[in-house]
Amino acid sequence: MDNILNDPFVVTYVMPVLFIAGKIGLFVGPLIIAMAYLTYAERKVLAAMQMRQGPMVVGPFGLLQPIADGLKLLGKETIIPSGANRGVFVMAPMLTFMLSLVAWAVIPVNAGWVVADINVGVLYLFAISSLGVYGILMAGWASNSRYAFLGGLRSAAQMVSYEVSMGFVIVAVLLTTGSLNLTAIVDAQRPFWVSVLLFPMFIIFVISALAETNRAPFDLPEGESELVGGYNVEYSSMTFALFFLGEYMNMILMSGMTTVLFLGGWHPPFGLEFLGIIPGFIWFAAKVSFVLFVFIWTRATLPRFRYDQLMRLGWKIFLPFTLFWVILISGSLLYKEALPGMANGPAAADQQRVVAPDTANEAVTQQSEAVTADQPVAPDEPAPVEEKE
Amino acid sequence: MASLSKNASSFLLVEIIKGFALTFSYLFRPKVTINYPFERGPLSPRFRGEHALRRYPNGEERCIACKLCEAICPALAITIEAEPRDDGSRRTTRYDIDMTKCIYCGLCQEACPVDAIVEGPNLEFATETRYELYYDKEKLLANGDRWEAQLAANIEADAPYR
Repeated sequence: MDNILNDPFVVTYVMPVLFIAGKIGLFVGPLIIAMAYLTYAERKVLAAMQMRQGPMVVGPFGLLQPIADGLKLLGKETIIPSGANRGVFVMAPMLTFMLSLVAWAVIPVNAGWVVADINVGVLYLFAISSLGVYGILMAGWASNSRYAFLGGLRSAAQMVSYEVSMGFVIVAVLLTTGSLNLTAIVDAQRPFWVSVLLFPMFIIFVISALAETNRAPFDLPEGESELVGGYNVEYSSMTFALFFLGEYMNMILMSGMTTVLFLGGWHPPFGLEFLGIIPGFIWFAAKVSFVLFVFIWTRATLPRFRYDQLMRLGWKIFLPFTLFWVILISGSLLYKEALPGMANGPAAADQQRVVAPDTANEAVTQQSEAVTADQPVAPDEPAPVEEKE
Repeated sequence: MASLSKNASSFLLVEIIKGFALTFSYLFRPKVTINYPFERGPLSPRFRGEHALRRYPNGEERCIACKLCEAICPALAITIEAEPRDDGSRRTTRYDIDMTKCIYCGLCQEACPVDAIVEGPNLEFATETRYELYYDKEKLLANGDRWEAQLAANIEADAPYR
């Protein structure tokens, strides 16, 4: 045993790979369970809001229902339509499911509990969630079915439309935190007035997240009434299960994003520090659960939008409003000198995190000099300025 | 001014928030559904379910083969053959009900002068084959033996209104 453990190959390659795989397993395992029980929670909450009981037969209070459902789907036959493009048809659900899990690499569930603490976390999240549309498009196209095709097209158009306003919302958050690193965003302490300014953006983000995950009232891509089942009509068995689970996984991911960007991640809510005795990941889970409850609550409350209403809301209301609000927020921050890198701004802590320690101090002092000298400073890129000099 | 307040209320999602409050209030209301195989709703004593042929308390079958039920059956579901028994009493040799033809109108029960053929409270007699739904005398008498307590109670409860 000693020989193997001292082997340089093992030490430099095998051990880190095992370590990372273990970390990923620690994330994916609870996530899969959370996903299974999200389906259960959805059925129970919907049932309660419709004065029904929901699943009650399998296990106490129907608690084993997700397991029974999973086993049922595993036991079914995978049917591939004769006209379908086999490769793409099978790839699509895998891609959807994989992408929904991959995004969790950058989400911090507690201080330091994150697989990859990268500095472009928000960008990464945004890229992965945009890629999600490809799985649906591929499914719609490869099924060789009109319903699936229309569902895929609707989904693509919808996700593209709402990603624009979501991008602006994220820009607004970044203006108040001065970092793309998700841990730094969670740790950023926002003054009360900034939180008030961000509140409409929070609402818009949640609504856009509903549209992004194809949930009610924006579940047009799978509209049962006119498209039978949308992009997943032709899917059965595990291929369907992967789509289904991918959708729920995306819901959890979007809730995680909302929690990180707006709800303060693993910190106790409303700045109540004495609640810090409860571990951070439990606060994170509680906040994610709350957002997920809102998702389900919405499904129980609102009827489905018509497609033109969906597009009107995305392009004619959300896009101008978020654009205007970004300008309003950045204007207020500028007036209060609270933009990243300014005197009251959030950048100082961030600089120490991102830049090497000795240059960080220089950068900060340089900025404060720049602010006092009343020179215009590009808020997001103080470091390149320094390098040029 | 009216359009201003209309715009404001749609912008502030007033109606949507009202809707959310309504669904949330329903979250804690008592459930109206029951857990069917384990809990059941009440059944009227007049409920017309699976048929049964009853016996007298001494074990003698009630049916006297008058064939009134066969005559009144609008779906022609009942077939009866009869001949005198060794002790001279008239009894059926064959009493078949085709449950796939039966429309559960209850006319056979009303026609019966001796309360022999009745429709009981059992509603769970689905079968896997059609053949199992061709009930013969043996099956109907077995039903009568199985449900007698409840059948007698139901007839008793309904008697004042007949």
